[in-house]
Amino acid sequence: MSDVARTGPPPGEGETPPTGEGRVGGRDPIASAEPLAEADLTLATAPEPSGERPASGRWRGLVRAVVALTLFLVLAALVWEGFKFLAGDPWRYPEIGFVHHPPFRILQATDRQLPHLWDIASALAQPVQRNQQETLGGFLVGAALYTWQEALIGFAVGAVIGLVLASLFVHSRLLERAFVPYVIASQTIPIVALAPIIVVGFGRGLIAVVIIATYLTFFPVTIAAMRGLSSSDPRALELMRSYAASKWQVYRKVRLPASVPYVFTALKVAATGSIVGAIIGEGPGGVPAGLGRAIDNFNQQYISGPEKLWATILVSALLGIAFYLIVQAAEALILRRRRTARPG
Amino acid sequence: MTTSQGPTEPQPPVSAAVRLAGVEKSFPVRDGTTTVALSGIDLDVAPREFVSLIGPSGCGKSTLLRIVGDLIQPSGGTVQVNGKPAHQARLDRDYGMVFQAPVLFDWRTVEANVRLPLEVMRFSRAERDRRVREMLDLVELGGFLSHYPHQLSGGMQQRVAIARALAFQPALLLMDEPFGALDEMTRERLNAEVLRIWAQTRTTVIFVTHSIPEAVFLSTRVVVMSARPGRITNVVDIDLPQPRTEQTRETERYFELVTEVRESLRGRITSSAARARAEGAIG
Ligand SMILES: Nc1ncnc2c1ncn2[C@@H]1O[C@H](COP(=O)(O)OP(=O)(O)OP(=O)(O)O)[C@@H](O)[C@H]1O
Ligand SMILES: [Mg+2]
Repeated sequence: MSDVARTGPPPGEGETPPTGEGRVGGRDPIASAEPLAEADLTLATAPEPSGERPASGRWRGLVRAVVALTLFLVLAALVWEGFKFLAGDPWRYPEIGFVHHPPFRILQATDRQLPHLWDIASALAQPVQRNQQETLGGFLVGAALYTWQEALIGFAVGAVIGLVLASLFVHSRLLERAFVPYVIASQTIPIVALAPIIVVGFGRGLIAVVIIATYLTFFPVTIAAMRGLSSSDPRALELMRSYAASKWQVYRKVRLPASVPYVFTALKVAATGSIVGAIIGEGPGGVPAGLGRAIDNFNQQYISGPEKLWATILVSALLGIAFYLIVQAAEALILRRRRTARPG
Repeated sequence: MTTSQGPTEPQPPVSAAVRLAGVEKSFPVRDGTTTVALSGIDLDVAPREFVSLIGPSGCGKSTLLRIVGDLIQPSGGTVQVNGKPAHQARLDRDYGMVFQAPVLFDWRTVEANVRLPLEVMRFSRAERDRRVREMLDLVELGGFLSHYPHQLSGGMQQRVAIARALAFQPALLLMDEPFGALDEMTRERLNAEVLRIWAQTRTTVIFVTHSIPEAVFLSTRVVVMSARPGRITNVVDIDLPQPRTEQTRETERYFELVTEVRESLRGRITSSAARARAEGAIG
């Protein structure tokens, strides 16, 4: 049958079937796309589910992600300071005998616009406000934890909604036809336009923020889970049919497990999305704390202390990265036993 | 059926394990025409028989097997399994299926893979454990319970698939080129194993293969098919004595039967007995 012919033979081995299709879930996730309407386009460029990788590679993937991120941060810092070195305000450090006058001058590289990284770092150790005990660093850690808590709730709710929607859609053509276009359309509404409406509907407070975080989470999970739930080997489904298995059993024992690598790919996207959603939602949501609130405040104090805003932005980015890595670690843990790459 | 019978009397005629009458199958093609995959298939398989289907690629062997297993519907004709319609037989869990690829679930251990049908069919926990062990011992993989599929060779994976198909003791085992992807040595070893299992489990087997030696060695009957449209051209009785061993493969009768099947595949019918049978099958 034609689907057997699609994958090429693996490097020669003795008792090895000629294709990599011996096991369920070993199919090419892109090529095996089931009809998903336009939704496919959205994730067409998303990375392949890492379920295709050997288990040990998944841990290695985590380590590699950390190393790559570190390298990226170092590189970004070099570009940042290099830009200032070329076109910023004069560097005056008489205590170490270093004075430098950049050859060019660009507004965006001045200390007001783009503070030195060490000025941002030292601002972390200073009090948040002139006459307060708490340091900026301590304050931002508290704010980050608060935002993370909102994001985490939104992430969990969004993931469950995404999974439930996908499960309904793959079981009913009618529901898929009727609602998938709306799911996609929902994502074309800019979150900044939606946030005030949500606040009007649900009142100011945690709930509104969580809804906004959920809104940014459920979509990638829906799309990826739809694809994952339809990724099962057709012969595995025939096998279940020959057992006269119920729809629920097919779902529980074949489709859902097969979708897990796909769902994790989406959860990594959703992790950062939920943080962004929570931060954006905090302003209109009117919650008393959190990074979004801090960004609003420090934005107003920008003239007197640009470092505070920059520090908040960096902490927000780190929070997103941390959440991403946590999900990736969970993925590596949960899928550690699963391996499809080697046939036989 | 007779109502009175002494213990020494021969068994009353048992209803066929599989009875195919005038089975047709055509598939719609894109341009509005149809491909006739099977036409006029009549075949009776008795309980405990081991019947092989052999024929050129595309002659409808898999299609026929899938019709018997109620995975697809015939376009015409009737399919009876153990005296019931195929659909009812599937609901009664009469079928064990083995495909060319093992189709194991890579998130399940060997043990859990074999347990899958038992979970679906709600066997008790104790019964599940007992049968999983028994089946894995049967395919000589008792020591690999907690391995994952990727840790096994292709032949071992296929043996797990066989254990899984047998775990719920189906009345009928449907195998579609189960060893097609394996090398000759492994295939011969697994052939012997399948015969041993068949003798122990008393199931009826329908076995699709491309290999003439395999078909002759395993079967009680070989059904030869031809393509376009797929139909049965000959049925060769394999009268080799049971149990069959490696010596069987070296007997003169074995070679004669291999030749007979090969000639049938080429469209030539050698022995007159076979010709008579074939005419019966076609007519
Ligand atoms: N789902 C389908 N749709 C259309 N045509 C089909 C379908 N399944 C099978 N066919 C056609 O039916 C014919 C028989 O196919 P089948 O897979 O049964 O052959 P086969 O004897 O098993 O071949 P092989 O030995 O290569 O496995 C082929 O011509 C094939 O093109
Ligand atoms: Mg076939």
